[in-house]
Amino acid sequence: MNYSSYIALIPLLPLASFVLLGLFGRKYFKNFSGIIGCAVLLVSTVLALYAAYNYFFVNGKVNGVYQTIIPIKYVWLVFSEKASIDMGIILDPISVMMLVIVTFVSLMVHIFSIGYMKGEERFSTYYSFLSLFTFSMLGLVVASNLFQIYIFWELVGVSSYLLIGFYYDRPSAVAASKKAFIVTRFADLGFLIGVLILGFQAETLDFNTMIQRLTDTSSPQLLAIASTSFLGISLLTWALTLVFIGGAGKSAMFPLHIWLPDAMEGPTPVSALIHAATMVVAGVYLVARLFPLFHINQASLTVVTFVGLLSAFLAAIIACTQTDIKRVLAYSTMSQIGYMMFALGVSGYGGEFGLGYTASMFHLFTHAFFKSLLFLGAGVVIHFIHSNEMKDMGGLRKYLPVANWTFLIACLAIAGIPPLSGFFSKEEILLAAYQSNKLVYGVALFTSGLTAFYMFRLYFSIFWNKNAEVHNPHGEASFSMKMPLIILAVCSALAGFIPFGKYISSDRTVLESHFDPMFSIAPVAFGAIGILLATWMYKNENGKSERVSQTLGGFYKAAYKKFYIDEAYLFITKKIIFNLIGKPASWIDRNIVDGTMNGIAWTTGRISTLIKGVQSGRVQSYALYFFGGIVCLVIIFLYLWK
Amino acid sequence: MSDVPMSHILFVSTALFFIGMYGLFTRRNMITMLMAIELILNSVNINFVVFNKYLYPDKLDGIFFTIFIITIAAAEAAVAIAIIINLYRSHRSIDVENASEMKY
Repeated sequence: MNYSSYIALIPLLPLASFVLLGLFGRKYFKNFSGIIGCAVLLVSTVLALYAAYNYFFVNGKVNGVYQTIIPIKYVWLVFSEKASIDMGIILDPISVMMLVIVTFVSLMVHIFSIGYMKGEERFSTYYSFLSLFTFSMLGLVVASNLFQIYIFWELVGVSSYLLIGFYYDRPSAVAASKKAFIVTRFADLGFLIGVLILGFQAETLDFNTMIQRLTDTSSPQLLAIASTSFLGISLLTWALTLVFIGGAGKSAMFPLHIWLPDAMEGPTPVSALIHAATMVVAGVYLVARLFPLFHINQASLTVVTFVGLLSAFLAAIIACTQTDIKRVLAYSTMSQIGYMMFALGVSGYGGEFGLGYTASMFHLFTHAFFKSLLFLGAGVVIHFIHSNEMKDMGGLRKYLPVANWTFLIACLAIAGIPPLSGFFSKEEILLAAYQSNKLVYGVALFTSGLTAFYMFRLYFSIFWNKNAEVHNPHGEASFSMKMPLIILAVCSALAGFIPFGKYISSDRTVLESHFDPMFSIAPVAFGAIGILLATWMYKNENGKSERVSQTLGGFYKAAYKKFYIDEAYLFITKKIIFNLIGKPASWIDRNIVDGTMNGIAWTTGRISTLIKGVQSGRVQSYALYFFGGIVCLVIIFLYLWK
Repeated sequence: MSDVPMSHILFVSTALFFIGMYGLFTRRNMITMLMAIELILNSVNINFVVFNKYLYPDKLDGIFFTIFIITIAAAEAAVAIAIIINLYRSHRSIDVENASEMKY
């Protein structure tokens, strides 16, 4: 079936719901906003699934290679004959996969929010923001033009700002939304410069043409961009690294990750949406979209690898020490996104070597399910106990059976225990790392052990351990909150069995993954050790965890304080940038710029005070001046004018 | 008639002009000021007539100018008196010192 008849509806329906709910929601459908949002998104999800079915099984493949299909392309802004900003829709394996993930997870979040946000004053505003967020991410995913992706990229930033700062009466939420916006905006500056360099050198902004031109070794564009260098580094490396900085900002990679934990100030379902499907995977998606370019430039790919690895490792350590359950999950997201990034970094292009690419997309896919499940489960817990802190929780398995089981499934999945989904995707990532770089493999393996440890620390602290005081226990949650949990739990358990290499690979042919049981011993063993350690320390209430943290001493404190990265930023901005740039700039503004203006005004004022007496209002004085003037003129004309 | 030299008459007209000038600057009453202006205009008229008579006796330009000036002076007097009446209505006085609101 022809895609163009319905594909545009997938992003446009949420936009319509945003407009409808944003303009009229508060007045006319205060109580139905949730239903409307869900219904609209359900249609989008069904369409996305239908499109995915068509693409993967019916007509996407020609001669064993998945084609890039552009069903809709609308030339929007034409700068010159070569460069124009188009609004288009691109369908290739990753964009179709992302369409499914984004709509599906967003639908789950929409349904969950009906129960979670019930009674909220700005219920319909919340739903309109959710729709805007979904729309922006869908637009980003299907963008066929580098500038289109940038536009939607910023829209994602705006909508995340709106949602993180949804409780705008809390100063911390306002600060968090500002922080998220400023940090990602700062990173987007890099992205914009990268876009401009790439667009200028490739003489196009269209993805396909750009990739075609810059990967063809005989093209003049590639020659120009690779041979021009700036500060000793080729322009291509610059451009790709700058684009990656933009991606790192959105994907919360070290050192631009500081906004992510604070973004937990938003409503919990929003965190699920940000972390699982929409915002943070945008960076991974961007790198994957430009992967053919990254592949020909090993330097920028190395940057991707090590930034990803460092983020994965640091975030896992920090996650072990945090006590706010949402923050633990936030750092866990950062760590998993790091996995996806370095999987792309170690990947080659084509055939066997493209394993990292497939693994990264596979992990993105499975991660979307179990991370949204974790956040929604945390949402149920927070809804029940009205606190984010671990110390207020414990023994909740009796009160929250559904959340308990689904959370356990998600924890097992993220820890990489077979046969849950996380096992398969993480396995492929580790295999890809093993094949290309042993150091990366070692760190990744250790990190996967840490992942298992902190996830089970979280799980036991919430559902086992001591018995928390529960004030007026109400039922676990409404049906609308439980249903997404169950659906997502089924997905996280089973998503790993999808033969992903068949559908998504770097060169779009079939990648047969060699599943090697021997190889998986090490990761599973690390995962099991992590789980056992967490069980030993946190299953029952005992002082072991305190003793361990005391033994670790300074290191524990540093990790608890998130390695002082926030403080470092504050130091740099407040002490260095404010003092060295801000203060002189404000001095110049106050004294020199304002001073010039004030000086001009003051001089004019003084002169007018001096001469205003002339305009006395007395007719005879005027006559006298007039007469004096005439006399002067007469003297001039008679005697001085020769 | 012709034994009166031109300089005598010019002297009269100059005197008339400066008397008018003096009156214009020193009097505070607007009607007196108007009269002073008439003196100035008349001194100019005398000049025109004298120059026409003594320098170009066969022409009439100066005389015509004089007639024009008299006409315009009549119109000007009408306008000035209208202003004076309005001033009197609003200020209850025709003293120019009292009408100095139009200042800075």
